[in-house]
Amino acid sequence: MSQGVMIIAEQRDGDIRKISYELISEGRRLADSSGQELTAVLLGSNIKDKAAKLGNYGADKVIVADDPRLGTYTTDAYVSVIAQIVKSNDPAILLLGASTQGKDLAARISARLGVGMAQDCIQFSIEHGRLNAVRPIYAGKAYASVTYSDNYPHMATARPNVMAINTPDESRTAQVIEASFILDDGDIKTKVVDAIKDKSGKVDLTEADKIVSGGRGMKGPEGYGILEELAELIGATVGASRSAVDAGWRPHSDQVGQTGKVVSPNLYIACGISGAIQHLAGMSTSKIIVAINKDPDAPIFQKADYGVVDDLFNVIPAMNKEIKKIL
Amino acid sequence: MNIIVCLKQVPDTESQIKIAPDGKSIVTDDIKWVMNPYDEFGVEEALRIKEKFGGEVTVVGLGPKRVAESIRTALAMGADKGILISDTALDGSDSLAIATALAAAIKGLSYDLIFTGQRGVDDDNGIVGTALAEMLNIPNISVVEKVEISGDGKSVKAHRPVEGQTLVIEASLPALITAQKGLNEPRYASLPGIMKAKKKPLEEKTLAALGLDPGNFGEGARKLRIVKLTPPPQRKEGKIVAGDTPEQKAAELVKLLHEEAKIL
Repeated sequence: MSQGVMIIAEQRDGDIRKISYELISEGRRLADSSGQELTAVLLGSNIKDKAAKLGNYGADKVIVADDPRLGTYTTDAYVSVIAQIVKSNDPAILLLGASTQGKDLAARISARLGVGMAQDCIQFSIEHGRLNAVRPIYAGKAYASVTYSDNYPHMATARPNVMAINTPDESRTAQVIEASFILDDGDIKTKVVDAIKDKSGKVDLTEADKIVSGGRGMKGPEGYGILEELAELIGATVGASRSAVDAGWRPHSDQVGQTGKVVSPNLYIACGISGAIQHLAGMSTSKIIVAINKDPDAPIFQKADYGVVDDLFNVIPAMNKEIKKIL
Repeated sequence: MNIIVCLKQVPDTESQIKIAPDGKSIVTDDIKWVMNPYDEFGVEEALRIKEKFGGEVTVVGLGPKRVAESIRTALAMGADKGILISDTALDGSDSLAIATALAAAIKGLSYDLIFTGQRGVDDDNGIVGTALAEMLNIPNISVVEKVEISGDGKSVKAHRPVEGQTLVIEASLPALITAQKGLNEPRYASLPGIMKAKKKPLEEKTLAALGLDPGNFGEGARKLRIVKLTPPPQRKEGKIVAGDTPEQKAAELVKLLHEEAKIL
């Protein structure tokens, strides 16, 4: 009988990523609500000494797969090792992060195990031994509550920045177990040959705590200077609407919306964005939304917690001055 | 180089989504159905590779009969032939069932590369492409914005943006790639292209024709079940920041974010 909650932690270059703590914290809540154990799985190279810390956030056990071939994520190696760990531990619930890595990994593992998987969830609960999840669909124009058949584990990925992180408790430690697995070099058919760092060095939009986004109202690429300054002051990442991206003012990677990135920062400042439905879909799970727009009828104001009806080219420089005063 | 592109239809992204009286599906009456935008990038990329290396582009669509229109669009853009997997037993299938049907249709074909969209902009699952690669036992590279085929046509290098960096991933062919925005600008079908497309082969297949048991598909066979759909939660009403000048409004906004929202 499948038992226990398992989460797949994520590391890059040996550093545990924030999504891992979000998963452990949410996994802990689910495990407590159903009287089960929480196991975290950590893959990497020379990663073993990082495992104990996962206990501070609530993991009872940490299964570590330490192998030079697991230092950098490849779909093939990770799917193979995790599928083996899942089969030998038989958890009831398996959670991953809805990061670029987690979404790829979860999709392929679910196919290998032949179990249902809910991508990019924002809420979980356990009812009668079944995982229930809530996930935005149509980029948030509707929410779907989903549950699973009797095939275990019930798999899901959790949207980054949504699950609250537990306060770490240094006195709480996890039992660390080394995984046994077989990994054939021949099974690894993809190879990471290069990793090109983003020039901006900024936190990715999907993981950002604050976002300053500009739309058609920015009038051109040069208009973004004041947004860059605001972002720099408050530690935000700059985003853009589809019309700004389609006009070539900003790169595709900056696009927020249904055909871009779906984001949920603590603060989203929309500047010169009218609020087309496909843009609203991508940012409506943000905690606080600020809209700055000349047009008082712009749909973005329907979603905004704070609206400023005025010319952004006057408001934002004045904001930047005010922010400098309080910092 | 033979390339397969998988496609589906989705509601146009400008569509309002209304929940149907059954509480589990959406009202489709006023929906304009379009080719999933991410699949369109796949079609375009396949055509560009074909133009360079030769070979054939086959489009495999799945869904109701109307999906034939989108396959015709891909044929008009320049693809060579189409297959439509259509069967009422497929209605309400989950991602794994869809991938199973696609895999059955593709297994017998000769291919070096498969493109799917990185996700459908309807259910936002992003599972089918990757699951299809698993079922065909070939490598996948997900969410790709640049594709380079080696000169000998035996391997591919794909650029995959992840948080804070772009990974360059190499795989031997055959492989499956899921397309991300930025990969290319899809072309419009030309008038001669549209005329030619009418004569290109488009074969329709049922589950039985693919050797599959219809009982393993549809709503009843779902491993992930929809309990209900709800509209997104209402946000509490916001406030319009007061002030006579932009400077006053800016000062008031910063004060509210600092003292009331405590976010700055």
